[in-house]
Amino acid sequence: MANEIRLVEAVRQALREEMARDESVVVYGEDVGVSGGVFRATQELQDEFPEQVYDTPLAEAAILGMGVGLGATGFTPVPEIQFASFAYQGFHQLVQHASRMRSRTRGTLGVPMTVRTPYGGGIRALELHSESFEAGFAHVPGLKTVVPSNPADAKGLLTSAIRDPDPVIFLEPTSRYRASRESVPEGDHAVPLGEAEVVREGADVTVVAWGAMLHEAMDAVEDAEADAEVIDLRTVSPMDSATILESVRKTGRCVVVHEAPRTGGLAAEIIARINDDALYHLEAPVERVTGYDVPFPMFAREEAYRPDAERIRRGIERALSA
Amino acid sequence: MVREQVAEFSVEYVQALDEEGNADEAELPDVSDDELLELYRLMRLSRRTDERAVALQRRGESGTYAPGTGQEAAQVGSAIALEPDEWMVPSFRESAAFLTRGAPVHRLLWYAMGMEEGAEVADANFPPAIPVGTQPLHAAGIGWGHEISGERKAALTYFGDGATSEGDVYEAMNVAGALDAHAVFFCQNNQWAISTPRETQTRTETLAQKAVAAGIEGVQVDGNDVLGVLSVARDALETAREGDPVFVEALTFRRSMHTTSDDPSVYRTEEQESEWEARDPIVRFEAYLRDEGLLDDDRVERITDEIEELLADEIDRAKEGRDRVVPAEMFDHVFAETPPELQRQRETFRREEGDGEVATAEEGMSGEERAAGGEVTGRGDVREDRETAEDSETSEDEEVSDRGE
Repeated sequence: MANEIRLVEAVRQALREEMARDESVVVYGEDVGVSGGVFRATQELQDEFPEQVYDTPLAEAAILGMGVGLGATGFTPVPEIQFASFAYQGFHQLVQHASRMRSRTRGTLGVPMTVRTPYGGGIRALELHSESFEAGFAHVPGLKTVVPSNPADAKGLLTSAIRDPDPVIFLEPTSRYRASRESVPEGDHAVPLGEAEVVREGADVTVVAWGAMLHEAMDAVEDAEADAEVIDLRTVSPMDSATILESVRKTGRCVVVHEAPRTGGLAAEIIARINDDALYHLEAPVERVTGYDVPFPMFAREEAYRPDAERIRRGIERALSA
Repeated sequence: MVREQVAEFSVEYVQALDEEGNADEAELPDVSDDELLELYRLMRLSRRTDERAVALQRRGESGTYAPGTGQEAAQVGSAIALEPDEWMVPSFRESAAFLTRGAPVHRLLWYAMGMEEGAEVADANFPPAIPVGTQPLHAAGIGWGHEISGERKAALTYFGDGATSEGDVYEAMNVAGALDAHAVFFCQNNQWAISTPRETQTRTETLAQKAVAAGIEGVQVDGNDVLGVLSVARDALETAREGDPVFVEALTFRRSMHTTSDDPSVYRTEEQESEWEARDPIVRFEAYLRDEGLLDDDRVERITDEIEELLADEIDRAKEGRDRVVPAEMFDHVFAETPPELQRQRETFRREEGDGEVATAEEGMSGEERAAGGEVTGRGDVREDRETAEDSETSEDEEVSDRGE
């Protein structure tokens, strides 16, 4: 059985099913209870699970820091940070405690917390509502960073994240929350973390993307003359290099797309891994289509900032022409 | 035009034993003779553990250590009030609290020796927290969990006067109040955050009044009075178990250095230090116990001997563990299941550095290479520890006594 739902509804479905399955799951954060969250991801969940859904004070460090205490003592915290750019106010709790608790206690204490947070541009929001900081999160050992691009994966990856014994930051692309209705399996649906998916097979060039950019990449290859293979990375850390390498060995060309700034972005890491293990299969330098090294502009300029199908198409052309 | 007072607050100060060890019967907690002697033994054990740990560092046998000398009453008196299955959430200066909670000395030494083995969790004790003021939020989370699951338990967290300037400490008290978290925020106001004195830290008259802004109860206690601390901690925990968090400010003094990398003579005077020497928590409590007829010279000597024997064994055990450190284990607990890239890094490490090879004493944390790279520091400057060691008389004394083992 499958139903046609939006990404935000798929998130809600995963939360509902995991809370019903496991009473240790606690959903909490700013405005997640009575109002159901600013994107309505948790709408009506408090009515259904009054013992498991809570509004908290407006304090990101507290939301994440309490998750460390809850998670280490038997709960499965699933806090929401209202926008990813506000996670910086609690980032230290992720870096200093949540991500390293297992390692520093030699496995005797863990923090099975899943931090849900909307990220990325495309919704004409205020300043500091549109950033893509996945590379920053991916740089933290002990923390998993997951980015779904479609409703079915949003449900399946979030389900796996909640069941995972380690901390996960789950970045939900704001521009995709209500972008389309797609088929999502009903009932138990878990998509394993750490596995990329080849969403379109092709022979000429590999395009790697995740989150909202996956859709821009798909639009770009629809019109391209080349036969492109498209990979949805899904879990950006720990990264599934094997799927990328296998594809690049086949196509010999690669374009990596991300919305985040170029310098130190995950494209650099992907290119380094290709360099390590598939360099001699390359027919051309790997192309990067990314945001620019500027603070994410306010929305009057955000379209100029964000990679779109046209920029990706040009990247593919460069990869093919070399 | 209206102008009227809409709220009023006050802060209480509690003391059961004065500086001479005279008891105020009204404030004395209900404690058996055996428990009184156990409090004394734990304070003495903590003091001596600090001395031995500092000496180990001075000889290059261990890394940076943060002594709690002078704060034994504050820690022992509060930690003993927790039930064994209630969580203690420490900062990095809580050896006395750990010992009170039954943690073995060698674990504390392992932590100072740069080994994660020292932060393994066996009982309801969180590992030490190095980033100042971050861990009260963990206690708030644990205590909120007790509220959610309806458990009549509470978590107690330690932090210092410096930490009260950190935003997380205020956030912790505020969310705990808002969410009815079963938490006790136990501030050891030891007057110094490395070189920063209490009066530079904040303009507030007391630290306890910081609770007022969070809407929770704040109380001040003589932190060098183990019985006063015990009494206040018991009350605070009882209140917290019902869902009302409490902030306790224990007035004490860091008699020793911030850590073994610190030299307090740079920023404070001998007069300041001797003023607090007279208020020493162990001297005061010993006077009380002698007055009560619970201690005499023989008994003190016997306790001293038992402590020396215990520490000698524990230090041996710590050194043995240190010499068995397996470097490749750093890869083992990053995640519950090691992902492919990390497996690959571990394999590369083993290929290049040895396959889980047991470190020799020279390669272990005492070795110069690793000491340089593996230094665990307190917050603040890191100095060459051996420089300070050379002009430390304690170090010389300890070396002699240690060689004599």
